[in-house]
Amino acid sequence: MAPKRQTIRDHSAEANLFARRAFISGLFVVFFMGLILLNLYNLQINQFEDYQTRSNGNRIKLLPVAPNRGLIYDRNGVILAENRPVFSLEVITEQVDDLEATINDLASLMNLSEEEIQEFHSERKKLRRFKPVALRKHLSHQDVALFSANQHKFPGVSIEARLSRHYPFEDSLTHLLGYVSRINKRDLEHLEATDQAANYADTHDIGKQGIEKYYETMLHGQVGYQQVEVNNQGRIIRVLDFQPPIPGQDLVLNVDIKLQQKVQEQLEGKRGAIVISDPRTGSILALYSNPSYDPNLFVDGISQKEYSKLINSRASPLLNRATQGRYPPASTIKPHLALLGLEKGIIDKDSTIRDYGTYRLRNVDHVWRDWKKGGHGVVDVTKSVEVSCDVFFYDLAYKLGIDNIHEGMTKFGFGQFSGIDLNEESAALMPSRGWKRARHNEPWYIGDTIPVGIGQSFWNVTPLQLVQSLNILINRGMRHNPQLLRGVLQENQLVEQPIKSTRAVEVHKPENWDIVLDSLYGTVNRKHGTARNAFRNTDYISAGKTGTAQLFSVGQDEEYEEENVSLYLRDNAMYIGYAPYDKPEFSIAIAIENAGGGSSNAAPVARSLMDFYFEQQQGVIAQSANSPNTAVNSQ
Amino acid sequence: MTELKTNKATYLERLHIDAFLLFCLLSLMFVGLLTIYSSGGQEMDLVYRQLIRLGLALTVMFALAQVPTLFLRRISVYAYGIGVFMLVGVLLFGDMGKGAQRWLDLGFVRFQPSEIMKLAVPLMLAAYVSRRSLPPKFSTILIGFGLVFIPTILIAKQPDLGTSLLIASSGIFVLFLAGLSWKLITVIAGLGGAFTPIMWFFLMKDYQKQRVTTFLDPESDPLGSGYHIIQSKIAIGSGGLDGKGWLQGTQSQLEFLPERHTDFIFAVFSEEFGLIGVIGLLIMYLFIIFRGLYIASRAQDPFSKLLAGSITLTFFVYVFVNMGMVSGLLPVVGVPLPLISYGGTSMVTLLAGFGILMSISTQQRLLSR
Repeated sequence: MAPKRQTIRDHSAEANLFARRAFISGLFVVFFMGLILLNLYNLQINQFEDYQTRSNGNRIKLLPVAPNRGLIYDRNGVILAENRPVFSLEVITEQVDDLEATINDLASLMNLSEEEIQEFHSERKKLRRFKPVALRKHLSHQDVALFSANQHKFPGVSIEARLSRHYPFEDSLTHLLGYVSRINKRDLEHLEATDQAANYADTHDIGKQGIEKYYETMLHGQVGYQQVEVNNQGRIIRVLDFQPPIPGQDLVLNVDIKLQQKVQEQLEGKRGAIVISDPRTGSILALYSNPSYDPNLFVDGISQKEYSKLINSRASPLLNRATQGRYPPASTIKPHLALLGLEKGIIDKDSTIRDYGTYRLRNVDHVWRDWKKGGHGVVDVTKSVEVSCDVFFYDLAYKLGIDNIHEGMTKFGFGQFSGIDLNEESAALMPSRGWKRARHNEPWYIGDTIPVGIGQSFWNVTPLQLVQSLNILINRGMRHNPQLLRGVLQENQLVEQPIKSTRAVEVHKPENWDIVLDSLYGTVNRKHGTARNAFRNTDYISAGKTGTAQLFSVGQDEEYEEENVSLYLRDNAMYIGYAPYDKPEFSIAIAIENAGGGSSNAAPVARSLMDFYFEQQQGVIAQSANSPNTAVNSQ
Repeated sequence: MTELKTNKATYLERLHIDAFLLFCLLSLMFVGLLTIYSSGGQEMDLVYRQLIRLGLALTVMFALAQVPTLFLRRISVYAYGIGVFMLVGVLLFGDMGKGAQRWLDLGFVRFQPSEIMKLAVPLMLAAYVSRRSLPPKFSTILIGFGLVFIPTILIAKQPDLGTSLLIASSGIFVLFLAGLSWKLITVIAGLGGAFTPIMWFFLMKDYQKQRVTTFLDPESDPLGSGYHIIQSKIAIGSGGLDGKGWLQGTQSQLEFLPERHTDFIFAVFSEEFGLIGVIGLLIMYLFIIFRGLYIASRAQDPFSKLLAGSITLTFFVYVFVNMGMVSGLLPVVGVPLPLISYGGTSMVTLLAGFGILMSISTQQRLLSR
């Protein structure tokens, strides 16, 4: 099988051939290596900066750091909304050698429930192994102490603290402060639409209602950034730079928490609202709506059960009755109408009517009754307010006409937003011809006008509007914007908000103010005054007006009997008042639903609150008199 | 005593060791260990394991250096035969690993028959072609191509594009060095061009096609299959002229770079040592390649020449393909950077090749003396 040799091998020729081919191969090698080198030169020299930027972009991340939310204080520096650390037990799966054994040990140590463990496992599966997963979200102090003592046995398990909003006064301030809660999809859309999404990048909660919502921008602050180096998993390797967040501003409210709590106490078990203000500035000293609820429930996410309880309650605890509750003002607006009548020249100080207990119009069958059977006899404007004569005001309303009333009462802020620093507000309703046409597609009948004189017939107001209209009376036409925010703290100094004032009501005869204010004085202090009983023997002199709003139409020939009327159709008790009469610093509006008459059910409430307020003031004066510092300062 | 001193070089030669080649190999291995340490999260574990492999591979190299080329020539046909037989076996009974059938389990040992073919093909081709006088006749070339074609197809079917490419080139290099006429080279190149679409549509698996499309436009899929190549180019590019420094490469230390200690180790090296380091590395490789070509051209018989030349040029293909793919010049095929990349089997085969090269180098020098 030896191969046949046809030619003799030429070894040197073969060697030359091979050498040539080897040489060519060498050239190829050099050429291709050159190609590689050229490419690398291009990458590492020509495009170096581009790739360096991309390499840094890979590894350097900006992590947002949420600012601390501003605190909220009452006018005396009592904290109303604070940030409390909440502790949670967290596990970093990656750092735990035997997860199952660790969880078992923890379960017996901390008494973990089956649900907590299950939730932990389902949460764990969604996150990367180096991310902490909460095993229990709200640790009690005992939990913290218990775990801390045993921490060494659990590598990879730790207690983490986060700041969470807390409202120490719970349901006392709910409608006023509102609350914060987790940022939801709708909030996020709003933040994106207003270009604030970046500022909230690391923020957990956002103001949902009340002061928390209205002053969200001031309370929130500015996000900070942490520049970190991360690996391909997003794990932080080290911190390169830190730009601290700017915390939110601390707010000081006009509210006096002690007074607010007193108000709450007064409304215990009732449905209604009370607003107390300082007529000199429009400051809101107390604003409370009952029933209320604990806003802390919403901070950590309210359970479905709790929420449906709130939303389905017939007493509507979610409603802020002080600013959204729409009540017929009843007799509380008689002084306002009186002023309007005096100014329009329809009545003067001495005009009288004779009240037999009923009011009729020519050619009209309907009879309008006075609340007092048999009537008040001969009354002038002052007495009509004091005794709350209905017939006088039926007649006045008839003579004024709805157009005058609408125009005049709108100036007192009825049917208008008050401008208070809350988003939850209703403008309520000041009826007019136009409104009735638009709303009911009916003309305004003369019969509609008559009950407007006693604050009924479509007319409704919020307690806040009532106190504001009272303040306009007290201030003889000046209107100060109702204001919850007193100022902000800057470096521990209070920077006060300016008072926003306008002249709301102009008069031709300033003495008309005196007539009206005097009638309010009489209501409380003169013989037949409807609030006289409630305000017997006070240390201060106050003035006011009662109101009783009918919710149930009594037939023309029937008597209203409380026992026969269902609870939710009983009269609302209303009261507006202020003190001291000569130098007012306290004004109040009260609405208590289905409580009965205003003189016996609302006026006494106003009395006890005024008593409380002036006792407190007395205390403050006594204290500062005894204190040597203030004595020196006051010299 | 004096005799020993003067014969120190001879002493290495007696062990059939090419000192210069050995020096270059060891230097690159050292660079490899440094880079593996850096890319492997600075754990000595990987380094130890690589050291063991290097030890094994060097042993194989020393052993093969002692084997006379005549013997290799004699066993070449058997090695080839057994190799092909096992490749068929792999296709029929092989284990799946990473979605490709490459491993053969013989009960006591698992290995990749394709590694055997890396040496068996150039052996077979060199032995076959050198039986007749050179340049080879057309029929010899035709059969030669057939011999290359069979294992190439079998390996490509596994599928292992990288290895089949290396094996095909090792055979083709033998034919080229043997004096394949330029006319035929032109024709083959033309046929190769015509064959490409056939490969694309009938032979390549989806993931291989993906590699090619990704190669053509890596940015089209930056988080998917383009991720490797983009991250690799970022690593290389951000290395700049003098690199970020050993252990300082952020792309590799922060694990943005995939396959850091195996196929993409060149990107780690480039990031940390920069263009200067890369040039140094290329020079070391060129030294080895030129030394190999020198040994080939000085070999005494055609078989040895062809074999040495083929082994050397295949080594170059390794280097070129790996660097090309890591720097985005070529599509990603699984070819490690020789002597640097972490990995076992291919290292052993590679050094076995160098063992043969040393055997050729030293034996013939000894003979010629």
